[in-house]
Amino acid sequence: MSESPEIPLRTVVLNDEHIGLGGRMVPFSGYSLPVQYPTGIIAEHKWTREHAGLFDVSHMGPSFVVLDGSPASPEAGHAEVAALIEPLVSGDIVGLKPGQLRYTLLLNDEGGTRDDLMVGRSPLFAGSLYVIVNAGTKEADWGHIAAHLGGRAKLTRADNGALLALQGPEAVAVLEAILPGVASLGFMNYGPIEWQGTRLIVSRSGYTGEDGFEILCDAAFASRLWNAILADPRAKPIGLGARDSLRLEAGLPLYGHDLDDTVSPIEAGLNFAVSKRRRGARDFPGAARILTELAGELGRVRVGLFVEGAPAREGAIIVDENGQGIGRVTSGGFSPTLNRAIALGFVHPQHAAPGTQLRVKVRERLQPATVTTLPFVPHRYVRKAAS
Amino acid sequence: MTTIKYTEDHEYIRVEGTTGIVGITDFAQDQLGDIVFVELPEVGRKVKKGDETAVVESVKAASEIYAPASGTITEVNDALTGEPGLINAAAAAAGWIFKLTLDDPTELDALMDDAAYASHIS
Repeated sequence: MSESPEIPLRTVVLNDEHIGLGGRMVPFSGYSLPVQYPTGIIAEHKWTREHAGLFDVSHMGPSFVVLDGSPASPEAGHAEVAALIEPLVSGDIVGLKPGQLRYTLLLNDEGGTRDDLMVGRSPLFAGSLYVIVNAGTKEADWGHIAAHLGGRAKLTRADNGALLALQGPEAVAVLEAILPGVASLGFMNYGPIEWQGTRLIVSRSGYTGEDGFEILCDAAFASRLWNAILADPRAKPIGLGARDSLRLEAGLPLYGHDLDDTVSPIEAGLNFAVSKRRRGARDFPGAARILTELAGELGRVRVGLFVEGAPAREGAIIVDENGQGIGRVTSGGFSPTLNRAIALGFVHPQHAAPGTQLRVKVRERLQPATVTTLPFVPHRYVRKAAS
Repeated sequence: MTTIKYTEDHEYIRVEGTTGIVGITDFAQDQLGDIVFVELPEVGRKVKKGDETAVVESVKAASEIYAPASGTITEVNDALTGEPGLINAAAAAAGWIFKLTLDDPTELDALMDDAAYASHIS
């Protein structure tokens, strides 16, 4: 048998820090990253829900799309750059206020999801957007976006530094002590923060369902920032294992699992990410399909399941009361907060009402599963910033 | 006399007379991380060496536990149903998974002893 060619894993800027902390390094989206530290996934998960968890998400794809030349006014500059991006996504980009960040979906012409991403409007510069895409799709996303800028704007990738996430109810107190001013950021807002001679980009956002922040940091300052945060006893390093269990409890989809290029925003239950204005204008990719689905013609929809017994993992078949296969689990595991198995999957809308009794097939055995509202664990975002 | 033997899949079998007590090694529980669910075999089930006999699930994934030797399941560790983390806390003691009566104790000769297992995981 021939050896498959080894694709060398990229290391993150904070690789030495992870190893020094006892992180268990695993391959993830082409990078070597810590799946957990010695305390383990459940302890890390619970720490994040109770205190503040620090994640290295430097494998992700932060980037900037910046208009060429000097726009006549900030509003004109934003309108122009937003008009370049809007035809690719489902969301209202034109309507972003300075410093506002929005979750949106990069769509294909069939209304399937190329990626889910964040797009923000710079609070400082006219005609500049902050665009953060997923690790596994970043090369394709950036190629796709760059190809649609028509020579009027440039896309600059910013994934050579560190992207950190600090999440949990104590995140704001921890970060405010290091970066005074961050507490005044509202949820889904971002801005520059000067720190020790570098400019950080801090957003109030995350992927855990908790209040928290994501911080883009130049490579040269990354370990200093990482260690400054961990010097606070309320903050601990958290690996990708707990990141996954936290986002699952929060009901947040994971691209490549709960979302892919066949899944529409409506099937995924992400109706909020399809702009009201743009529904009227029908001016996003796959609008015909997506608007038909919004009107009620929907073949499948993402649901949350409480699973009795063993966790139902990705790929497990979902079965109705007659034993008929009606869908499959796309993410499943164990909820440390609820101490039970939970899963996300897709079923026909007739089976999607909360309380519907279904079953999942785990190792050829049928286990009861109950459709439940998402999220499994309530979000605790801080919508209004401290004044 | 008690002997402990190990499989390449990181199960241990502690032999007391004609009974074998099976679990996963401390090395294995550390690699798996937090155990959140254990699927136990039925008492009375006859297994052949190498049969999938139990399943141990961590937060991330499910791992099959294979019978280290042929025999009949005589007892399972029901405490794991309520407290699967016993495997993390004490894999070799309170975290045992099942007991079986051995069909053929000479099957164990092919398994690793302490020294061989130590070198297997080093």
